[in-house]
Amino acid sequence: MNEIILIKNGELALKGLNRRSFEETLVKNIQKAAAPFGGVKVWRSQSTMFVTPLEGTDIEDAVEAISKVFGIAALSRAAEVPKDMDAILPAVCEYLSEELQDAKTFKVNAKRADKKFPLKSPDICAQTGEYLLQRFPHLTVDVHEPDLVVTVEIRDTSAYIHKQPIKGAGGLPVGTGGRACVMISGGIDSPVASWMMAKRGLELSAVNFASPPYTSMRAEEKVKDLLGKVAQWSGEIKLHIVPFTEIQEAIRDYCPEDMLTIIMRRYMIKIAQMIARKDGALALISGESVGQVASQTLRALECTDAAADMPILRPVIGMDKEEIVSIARKIDTFEISILPFEDCCTVFTPKHPKTKPILEKILEAEKALEADEINVAAMIEHAVNDTVSTVITPDR
Amino acid sequence: MDNSATTKPCPEAIAAANEMMLRFWGNPSSTHAKGNEAAQKLREARRSVASAISAAPEEIFFTSGGTEANNIAVFGAAAKNRRAGRRIVTSAIEHSSVLDSVSELEKQGFEVIRLMPDIHGHIPPEAVAEAVNSDTVLITMMMVNNEVGSILPIEHAVKAARRKAPKAIVHCDCVQAFGKIPVNVKKLGADMITLSAHKIASPKGCGALYKRKGLHIPSLTFGGHQEDSFRPGTEAAPLIAAFGAAAAIACDKTGMSKRYSTVKTLRDYTIEKLGKINGIVFNSPDDALPYIVNFSTRCVKAETMLNFLSERGIYVSGGSACAKGEPSHVIKALDLPRDAADSAIRVSFSAGNTTDEVDALAEAVAEGINKLAHFAY
Repeated sequence: MNEIILIKNGELALKGLNRRSFEETLVKNIQKAAAPFGGVKVWRSQSTMFVTPLEGTDIEDAVEAISKVFGIAALSRAAEVPKDMDAILPAVCEYLSEELQDAKTFKVNAKRADKKFPLKSPDICAQTGEYLLQRFPHLTVDVHEPDLVVTVEIRDTSAYIHKQPIKGAGGLPVGTGGRACVMISGGIDSPVASWMMAKRGLELSAVNFASPPYTSMRAEEKVKDLLGKVAQWSGEIKLHIVPFTEIQEAIRDYCPEDMLTIIMRRYMIKIAQMIARKDGALALISGESVGQVASQTLRALECTDAAADMPILRPVIGMDKEEIVSIARKIDTFEISILPFEDCCTVFTPKHPKTKPILEKILEAEKALEADEINVAAMIEHAVNDTVSTVITPDR
Repeated sequence: MDNSATTKPCPEAIAAANEMMLRFWGNPSSTHAKGNEAAQKLREARRSVASAISAAPEEIFFTSGGTEANNIAVFGAAAKNRRAGRRIVTSAIEHSSVLDSVSELEKQGFEVIRLMPDIHGHIPPEAVAEAVNSDTVLITMMMVNNEVGSILPIEHAVKAARRKAPKAIVHCDCVQAFGKIPVNVKKLGADMITLSAHKIASPKGCGALYKRKGLHIPSLTFGGHQEDSFRPGTEAAPLIAAFGAAAAIACDKTGMSKRYSTVKTLRDYTIEKLGKINGIVFNSPDDALPYIVNFSTRCVKAETMLNFLSERGIYVSGGSACAKGEPSHVIKALDLPRDAADSAIRVSFSAGNTTDEVDALAEAVAEGINKLAHFAY
């Protein structure tokens, strides 16, 4: 008996004329996700995708990888059998034997896509139900809340047998929404923000600011580990590590202490934008959440936004820490995020940061950095030129 | 200069481990000739480690390291004395493998007294005597603290136990003392002692628990009959052989005292050099084991200074775990001023370090302070 994976697209079905290109991207993403495990063949028919593991691919691994591909509403492992009730009925017993033994109640669901099949859907249900009740006498039928839903799908070439599908990752296929560049520090929020935007179909690149010796190699490794987890969902991520010490020290030395964080964030945004553009990204992604820290008040966001001329996407902006943490746990980044290494955001934290910075005053303070003898523009140029880029592949 | 974290394996230890893998790779439990030769090597290693602390070979139980030995000692003693009383006396500056173990026992209903050190890591002997009562079932105290090098009053703990709590078991974590100052089980009088191999120029993954002859401690893991069924599992023969070779060298009396005086000279030189840098304070006491010097710049966060020194090829460690401004439990227990706690650095020597290296350290620390110390971090 051949085992395959049936995939139901999510929002894709709604996409009208774009649907074809969305589906093509999804097929590519499914193939990429399963490639490390040996690869799969994918073909489409109506609103379903059929995924066949290639020789040597473990179907469990393939399901695990595909369950993290955005754009999929639900997926089922299914047995592929000839379109003949004499083949279908024993196959149901064999393929779902464990589930049938464990369940107390069940119902049969039939889908008859091939309208030439001699039996109508209700007849398929009736025959299958009767057959199962004879062989598993402990079962009773419950059409409202059954423990097990046995589905028999009659398609053009074969029939497929499966139980209730598992939930897919939802969202839209990565790559259908263009690219955005996430500013990642190593905390809990930015990996979650990246994941959320990838879920909306965006391809990701990432910028991290390194300030050695205030930050260490461990902090960089941490960021790579975090992105490795996110990449399981988003696919490969290009990471740019920007040397930021010089700028950060200049800010510390020449700007008022209570404005340090805001000014630092503004320079981070300016640099991230330059790098994002080179990468073809159309927006930045940030893990800010209103009110979480001093640099994330509305006033502070106004000041940081003013440094940007591309959109800054902040998907966790209205979320509580607990909500963010629960996603971080789901995507396995939480345990990495809480490793205690100093990162670019915690270096030189002022004792009493301004919670309501005024943009004009910030701009005024930044003028000190623009003086010839400091020349922050040259520093920015160095930072961008000395940026080191690596490609982060999904962590297995 | 981070030899309290680990040491470079010596050629003798490497050769011993290699020999076990190339020639004597049999299972020491096998009764055929191939097994016997491995068992023979294991016996030699056990004798060597035993004689290094003046113990009998059958009092040595090999483990995977200091952490496991500490766990076996603490939980084993608690299991044995579960009905004899409920007080456990320890210090607030033990290794986390002891502190986390006794905290676990605290959850199970034991009463844990954690003696606080003074600002230099000394535990007052009278506090030990006072804490031990007739309800005491376990006293666990390290011989030398791993972060500041202070020497703990273990002999007072033994005396107090014998006088006031005859059932109490005394355990001493000697990981930092072993191979640096004489550890003699007879003089010490402790019931159990923890040793670690990788602190004395042997590979990681091996340690030993000394358990006084006649003391029965229930075993915590079950399996084969290895290590007298007290710590079952096929022996890590290569690591144990290496440990035996390294222990023989580390605990040779002449060698030990020679290294001690070399290191003492280095330590004095370090204090002289670092002491000249403005603002530096020493957290190690004057009478500390000279192998460890803990100091604070009071102006550069330990993590930053560590990274800075590391870039220059100078490897020291944070007297703290540097957890985003969170000093380690030892540094916290010392109750230092905030700026000293956040900037505590541990230098730990081997006899292979040189005064040139100390010069380089002092120079780099001074440079680091110049470059990195601005307003409070």
